[in-house]
Amino acid sequence: MKMLPSSLMNKHWKWGIFILLALTILLLPLPAQSAQASEKYIQIQASSYEYNPGVVRVKPGERVTLELTSTDVTHGIYIDGYNLEVIAEPGQTQTLSFVADQTGTFRLRCSVTCGALHPFMTGKLQVGTNALLWKSIAIAALGIAVVIWTVRT
Amino acid sequence: MNRVELTRVPLIKTALRSRWPQLILRVIALAGFLLAILAGISGTPVGSRNFGIVFVWIGWWALLMLVAVPLFGRGWCSVCPIPMPGEWLQQGALLKPQGRGLGLGKRWPNKLRNIWLQNGAFVLVALFSTVILTSPLTSALVLTAFLVIAIAASLVFERRAFCRYLCPVGGFIGLYSQVAPVELRVIDTSVCASHTEKTCYAGSAEGYGCPWQVFPPGLVKNTYCGTCMECLRTCPHDNLAINLRPFGTDLNNPTGRKMDEAFKAFIMLGSAVVYSAVMLGPWGFLKSAAYHIGSVQWLVYAAGFLTFLFLLLPGLFYAAVALGQTLGGKKAKPTGKAASRSRLFGTHRQAFTGFAYSLVPLGLAAWIAFSVSFVFANISYLWPVLSDPMGWGWNLLGTASLSWTPYLTQAVPTLQALILLGGLLWASRTSLRIADQQPAQPTAITRPLLQALPIIAFCAAVTFGLLGLLIA
Ligand code: SF4
Ligand SMILES: [Cu+2]
Repeated sequence: MKMLPSSLMNKHWKWGIFILLALTILLLPLPAQSAQASEKYIQIQASSYEYNPGVVRVKPGERVTLELTSTDVTHGIYIDGYNLEVIAEPGQTQTLSFVADQTGTFRLRCSVTCGALHPFMTGKLQVGTNALLWKSIAIAALGIAVVIWTVRT
Repeated sequence: MNRVELTRVPLIKTALRSRWPQLILRVIALAGFLLAILAGISGTPVGSRNFGIVFVWIGWWALLMLVAVPLFGRGWCSVCPIPMPGEWLQQGALLKPQGRGLGLGKRWPNKLRNIWLQNGAFVLVALFSTVILTSPLTSALVLTAFLVIAIAASLVFERRAFCRYLCPVGGFIGLYSQVAPVELRVIDTSVCASHTEKTCYAGSAEGYGCPWQVFPPGLVKNTYCGTCMECLRTCPHDNLAINLRPFGTDLNNPTGRKMDEAFKAFIMLGSAVVYSAVMLGPWGFLKSAAYHIGSVQWLVYAAGFLTFLFLLLPGLFYAAVALGQTLGGKKAKPTGKAASRSRLFGTHRQAFTGFAYSLVPLGLAAWIAFSVSFVFANISYLWPVLSDPMGWGWNLLGTASLSWTPYLTQAVPTLQALILLGGLLWASRTSLRIADQQPAQPTAITRPLLQALPIIAFCAAVTFGLLGLLIA
């Protein structure tokens, strides 16, 4: 390593290693979560401005049917990532069926302007483990080690 | 020193020196601002369909937090419409100085020459933000209040007192402008030393003395330079430059670290956490507590908010600093004057303010991560509103009937995670640098790494909390 001209280069290769490792962690497929062929029905009650339950948990591969009922005005559910939508007028249950083929956490958002706090009416769909969260924590630990390594040497 | 002088490029220099490009941008911004007020008052009361709400709190906010602040620092202040009417009255001119303006031209009181009022103003807006962000009329009234207070400040005080000491937005733009990759600085201070007129501060026929009450030759940080470009116009020696520089340069500079700015960092970081929970979380009771101003629930929410911002976060941070100082070898107890001054923050006041600057990249990342989710999910409300700003059934651009579509929903969580991680690593690096700058006690060996480790742990804990709120 004597050939490297400056401490700057010295730091760059450390960051290079870090970025490679971080990308590997990020793109690494986790051990396949056993896909379930089962069916799951979930009733969700929407009212201004929340879903009940606010967090919906399903297993990867499950065939999910959401039954949306609204107790006040018309509300909808838009599932981030899946980009699916269902709308229910008050008192009329509407269903949305899909296969939970993407794992992770996805925001549910009300898709019908329902009042003042409408843009903040959100819930969550959690499918299997949240790989992104655990990978982020791993990358954070690794990154902090590299920061200390570059600043302190 | 790692700088590229952008104003060497003749086109950039001419564009910045000329008053016209800036004036045109400011006039457009003022028109948008006034239209937003008008739409808020007379347009539809439905927030997500009202130009005033969507244009300001989604459009402008996206531009500010995702582009202007991280890349241009106080660039927004350079074209901000809020102080403009007051400034015109005060200066009595639209362009170059001419004739006399109005106003008393009083000096801003010495006691208030800090950003505590801005801290308070931001917290005040933040406490009512769920209503301000969603009710067009309230939003319009708040924007009007900004305008009126700015005009009053220009007429009573000298220069841009509102921007410098009152504006709730200006406070955090200034704090975060320290990370921006651009800066305005003097090229050669020895030229300034022999220039007795100091026209950049005093003003000349070519332009106004620094409206931000900054002395350009002494500039070492971006925090209070409003990039208004007046000094570029008034310096007869052409001694000022806009430089491109590495991100975050100001954070490594130990001069001028103060308690008011440290608290700005806590306020901003804490608000990003609270907003992520209230606005993007699945908890309806929190949303309704934040919305029903004056109710018991709201009082509890407000008390919780203030406790988190002013006691819990700074308290935990202080504990981290104290732990680091104990481990890192600094032990001496102050005596006499120093002891009474440090009553409030114990023996570690100086380390506390110093290390708080590690929270600047952390807080900025938190705000960007929060905004990314909010903006990409809701920016499609902008298209219909641009076509029909007043909600009167117009269709100027043919986009009036475009429906709401969240963008990039698959990429946003990964993007947020990367932004938060970037903020954490940057904060960690900053805290190590700050640890190196802590004064060594004559008898003790200081170990910077041990001083910084608890700070890094604090930053990691906040980041994991935000990951939990935003992507878990
Ligand atoms: S230093 Fe120059 S650019 Fe900065 S605020 Fe003052 S006059 Fe404006
Ligand atoms: Cu709704």
